[in-house]
Amino acid sequence: MAKFILNGQPVELEADPAMPVLWVVREKLGLNGTKFGCGIAQCGACTVHLDGQPVRSCSLPVSEAEGRTITTIEGVNGPEGELSAIQRAWISEQVPQCGYCQSGQIMAATALLRDNPAPNDEDIDAAMSGNVCRCGTYTRIRRAIKVASGQLEATGEEV
Amino acid sequence: MNDMTPDANETDTKKERSALAKWSRRGFIGAGVLAGGGLLIGIGVRSGNPVGSLAPKVAGAGEQLVNSWVKIDPENIVTAIVPHCEMGQGVHSVLAQMLADELDADWSKVRVMQAPTDGSYIVTDTARMFLAPFTMNAADWIEPTWDGLFTQLGRAADALITGGSSSIRSTGQYQMRVAGAAARKMLVGAAADAWGVPASEIETRDSTLMHKASGESAPYAEFASAAAEQPLDQTPDFKTPDQYRLIGKSAARTDIPSKVDGTANFGLDAAPEGLDLSYAATVRPPVPGTRVASMNPARAKTMPGVLQILNMGDFVAVVADSYWQAQQALGAIDIEWTPSDSPIKTTQDQFAAFAKSLDEAGETGGEEVAAKGNVADAFEAASTLIDAEYKAPYLAHAPMEPINCTALVKDGKCDVWTSTQVPLMVRSAIAEGTGIAKDDITVHHPYLGGSFGRRLEAVFATMAVRIAKETGYPVKSVWSREEDTQKALYRPADTSRFRAGLDGDGALIAYDNVFTQRHDPAEAHVPGIYAIPNTSVRHAAAPLHLPFAAWRSVDHSQQGWFIESFIDEVAHEAGADPYEYRLAMLKDAPRQAAVLKKVAEMSKWSAPRAEGTAKGIAIVESFGTIVAEVIEVDMTAGKPKMTGIWAAADAGFVVNPDGFRNQIEGGIVYALTAAMFGELDLADGAIKQSNFHDYKMLRMKDVPEITVAIINSGDVPTGGAGEPGVPPAAPALTNAIFAATGQRLRELPIAKQFA
Repeated sequence: MAKFILNGQPVELEADPAMPVLWVVREKLGLNGTKFGCGIAQCGACTVHLDGQPVRSCSLPVSEAEGRTITTIEGVNGPEGELSAIQRAWISEQVPQCGYCQSGQIMAATALLRDNPAPNDEDIDAAMSGNVCRCGTYTRIRRAIKVASGQLEATGEEV
Repeated sequence: MNDMTPDANETDTKKERSALAKWSRRGFIGAGVLAGGGLLIGIGVRSGNPVGSLAPKVAGAGEQLVNSWVKIDPENIVTAIVPHCEMGQGVHSVLAQMLADELDADWSKVRVMQAPTDGSYIVTDTARMFLAPFTMNAADWIEPTWDGLFTQLGRAADALITGGSSSIRSTGQYQMRVAGAAARKMLVGAAADAWGVPASEIETRDSTLMHKASGESAPYAEFASAAAEQPLDQTPDFKTPDQYRLIGKSAARTDIPSKVDGTANFGLDAAPEGLDLSYAATVRPPVPGTRVASMNPARAKTMPGVLQILNMGDFVAVVADSYWQAQQALGAIDIEWTPSDSPIKTTQDQFAAFAKSLDEAGETGGEEVAAKGNVADAFEAASTLIDAEYKAPYLAHAPMEPINCTALVKDGKCDVWTSTQVPLMVRSAIAEGTGIAKDDITVHHPYLGGSFGRRLEAVFATMAVRIAKETGYPVKSVWSREEDTQKALYRPADTSRFRAGLDGDGALIAYDNVFTQRHDPAEAHVPGIYAIPNTSVRHAAAPLHLPFAAWRSVDHSQQGWFIESFIDEVAHEAGADPYEYRLAMLKDAPRQAAVLKKVAEMSKWSAPRAEGTAKGIAIVESFGTIVAEVIEVDMTAGKPKMTGIWAAADAGFVVNPDGFRNQIEGGIVYALTAAMFGELDLADGAIKQSNFHDYKMLRMKDVPEITVAIINSGDVPTGGAGEPGVPPAAPALTNAIFAATGQRLRELPIAKQFA
């Protein structure tokens, strides 16, 4: 029996202790926002927070989450379900293309801004370089993080 | 954020209108009666009338179909029904934007619906663009005698295709705008009849009909039903650029909100209601063309969660309660593969095969691709000859979403959920591979987690259906990253040999080039934008060990690097500035020259450079769009660090500037990832690289600011967005490295040459 807190709710389920958290949340708990990309902690698509720290859930056995707190993309909204400043900036800067890596990107950026409310380019590069985006949205992610942290004005749409 | 000015060109507009009229008279718009009593307008791809049979597939309860590409519901929500797949290029939104502008719809109330996988939604224009050489304006070369031919070819090829950077300039320009304009005209007609006023006095804006003199006003929904009974205009007028409200503007993409909160539904997320899914992990032979010789599943059979172990001949599958369990068990099976008879075992063998073909072709042999003037005489007369040989490696696409397909086979019918660029081809492949009738196969295709050409094939879907046929219960098959890196289809490797002849003033008077890989598009292999008096381009075919795939920009991806690197060598040999040298050869190509000048200006090309840094430049026209790029590198650490990237692009007319810029930015990062790191090596006939640790990706720290400028030289979209950013990027980078170090890179990838 595995027990942990997921997005603020206690969870108990039967799972092989070695099964990665990625597959537990996707297949057993039906939360599909966390993505499978590489399976070896190289791409960041599966990033979740474990006790607030960004970790690669594809390589995190569920036994290591025992009694701890996991937050996924489904848990970063505000208390009323409103989008976070980071999610809003992702929209204003039109960051996603295919969008597949963006859950992981947003989880990494959320942890960065919590610890460093006004990151510079080097801070952003250091925090975000574990997350691959094959569509190449890096420059927009960098800008969106600065918008979310109030360092840049939002771009917005023309119509 | 809009840096372009719509510049109406009267002649082009007339030409466009007349092309559209020709196009429409051939029954482009069809009509049918809705069960609800309305008249329905659709796209007459098939002979006869497909619209009636399509209606139930796209209309929900209480909704009124105004035409098959747009429906208006009782809440006045306009839904654009888009035939192309959304893989990150923003096509769902931008096609809706084109339709909504002609319809004068309220953009905040426009929704997008993926068209069902039905032959009636064949993208005929896209089929034409795949099956015939690209030209600047599709309508200009569509002749009546070709129409039936291409419709048939398109159907045969299962051409519900998203690719070739063609969605806007084909479906958008010739279908979505027509649908929007026709629907608007019918709504106006219905209101005019009801209000007893002339149609010409009715204005439309924000999904509302208005008649100023009488004070009448109504939302579109009120006349949706009556509109269906209005006469059908086969050639509705398009707006002129000064009338655009949405076209040419950076409207926000409709799919993005779902991509920031985890709710976007990708193929891998398929969770069909009422289905209890099991999961399959599969392994294919490591060497193309080989099969399973034997396997020992004894240990795997005992592992937790394992339901079935299948030897399918061309692959082995484990079906389990979870994908992770299936993977664990698959790894525990000892599999022997049949031997390969391919003579190519290693990367060296592959390049030796290229060299053999090129040697045999010699100085004049091979198939002629392009010829102009007299190259032999010009080489005789030249005062300087330059020879160079370039080599490009095999590449994988590596989209973020691993290959997957969920399948259910029940009572002789089949449903699949998969990320694909070609849903109808997937349907045909399944039919062929399993014997299930096409009409009994339904392909559900949610968002694609990237593709770049990877999902233009269908073998993974057939494999998934074969598994589901064996099990009888629904199975989600997922390829590991390793399987996708090693067992897919690939951008081919190639070798390209050049010779240039320069006259006493350094002008390029003769150009000869021979290479071994020629796929698509046809113009990718020719330095066609430059004025070179004597040109010879030859193809000396050589076998590939790995199967061919279209990889973002297809042949342009290697050829752009080959040609623009060599032109750079020639410029330096001539003692000229590589920008000025190119510009001089573009004296008869004003659009191309303007793009090159723009990127030079943006990047401050002529400004003094900082110690250890240098800039490189390249220009390639592909898929109808001219793109020039400048990249700045800093070599002070002994290896390249990019410090600035600038691009200028002319696609005729850009429909959504921010979306276009996003595609150019993405194309550049995709190309530079390959240029820096991309390489697949062969050993014993198998690919050595397996995952992102050894098939490396550019990371955020590697990518500097990218500035993109748009030049609208026309008033209709003539070029694509998804691919044209790719070809100039690698040469701009290697040309910059040469400018900084004097080291000319004639092989890729770059990083290992500075390790």
